[in-house]
Amino acid sequence: MASEAQGAETGGLEFHPMDQFNIESLFGGPIAWYTPTNAALWMGLAILAVIGLMVLTTSKRSVVPSRGQSVAELAYGFVYKMVEDVSGKDGVVYFPYIMTLFMFIVCANFLGLIPMSFTTTSHFAVTVVLAMAVFLTVTVLGFVKNGTKFLGLFWVSSAPLALRPILAIIEVISYFVRPVSHSIRLAGNVMAGHAVIKVFAGFAAIAVVSPIAIAGIVAMYALEILVSFIQAYVFTILTCVYLKDALHPSH
Amino acid sequence: MATDTQSAAEASGPGMPQLDFSTWGNQIFWLVITLVVIYLILSRVALPRIASVLAERQGTITNDIAAAEDLKAKAQEAEAAYDKALIDARAEAGRIVAETKAGIQADLDKAIATADTKIAAKAAEGEKVIAEIRAGALDNVKVVAKDTAKEIVAAMGGKADAKSITAAVTARMKG
Repeated sequence: MASEAQGAETGGLEFHPMDQFNIESLFGGPIAWYTPTNAALWMGLAILAVIGLMVLTTSKRSVVPSRGQSVAELAYGFVYKMVEDVSGKDGVVYFPYIMTLFMFIVCANFLGLIPMSFTTTSHFAVTVVLAMAVFLTVTVLGFVKNGTKFLGLFWVSSAPLALRPILAIIEVISYFVRPVSHSIRLAGNVMAGHAVIKVFAGFAAIAVVSPIAIAGIVAMYALEILVSFIQAYVFTILTCVYLKDALHPSH
Repeated sequence: MATDTQSAAEASGPGMPQLDFSTWGNQIFWLVITLVVIYLILSRVALPRIASVLAERQGTITNDIAAAEDLKAKAQEAEAAYDKALIDARAEAGRIVAETKAGIQADLDKAIATADTKIAAKAAEGEKVIAEIRAGALDNVKVVAKDTAKEIVAAMGGKADAKSITAAVTARMKG
């Protein structure tokens, strides 16, 4: 951001749409695995946001909820119903895990919309860990709950017998592509939106196009608000779908 | 644009900070901590609390509906009691009217009966007087007949004693 301001001062157009995603050490120095970085800071703020949203608002436990408490109850009901509808009654046991994923992604996405902030969910390191956690958990769970019957997920018994081996290969490939698409979808959407906003912001340095650029920023920002929620929702509902496959592998 | 990305790439290593794997360990470390903390907060504090609040609200709503139904039943009971009281009151009023009517009728009957006996007594008295008068008239006829007979006998030139004339008249009148 500082370099961008410099670029504007020197009169030339400078685009650094990806600089906002740089991982920087908070107190300087090299980045080791334990170094507190901007990513760590904004993850910590996500924790605070979750506490503020789910714990502080419900501290009164009022039967007639306040605004904050209604939001917490709404989030609870939203995810709970999703898990129950998609994964079935026996999926409700895993509701706290799915709620953890949802609350982290939604809080990180919205915190990332604050100007000058850092968006943790725009990093593949984060989304790959989330997606792999879901993938590994669901695969292990599928084998533990169903044994070898879990492999029936890849054997489409409703298809003609001749087609089944081909479909099985496709099913296996699609199964292993799941964590890839699951993680890239979230990080890609968030990163792309933020980068586009940055590009518009770069154009805003030219006086002639700056009104259009700012209107573009506003429009993109509105879209990003939508994307922030929808991507969290999509990530969560896909987790529920994968969980359903693990619990009830038959087609 | 190309030179810009180049300069950016020079400044921060690879073009996409996301693909700078040297920071992955750091991010994964903090992410795992974050997820564990959020999980503990949600599963230990927030979710049980919200679940209990929702359950409590459901209970309150159910209780309120039950109470409302109770009150409704009570209101219907009260209405039924009111209706019953109204019907009772009507029946009582009818009974009182009938009783009063019967009482008046009895009084009337009594009065009529009294009047009848009085009338009967008066009539008997009147009949007695008439009989007396009649008897009196018969005696007068006897006297007149005797006198007339005596006079007739005297006019015929006979001389009749009172005794025989009386006997003759009495015999005649009896016959």
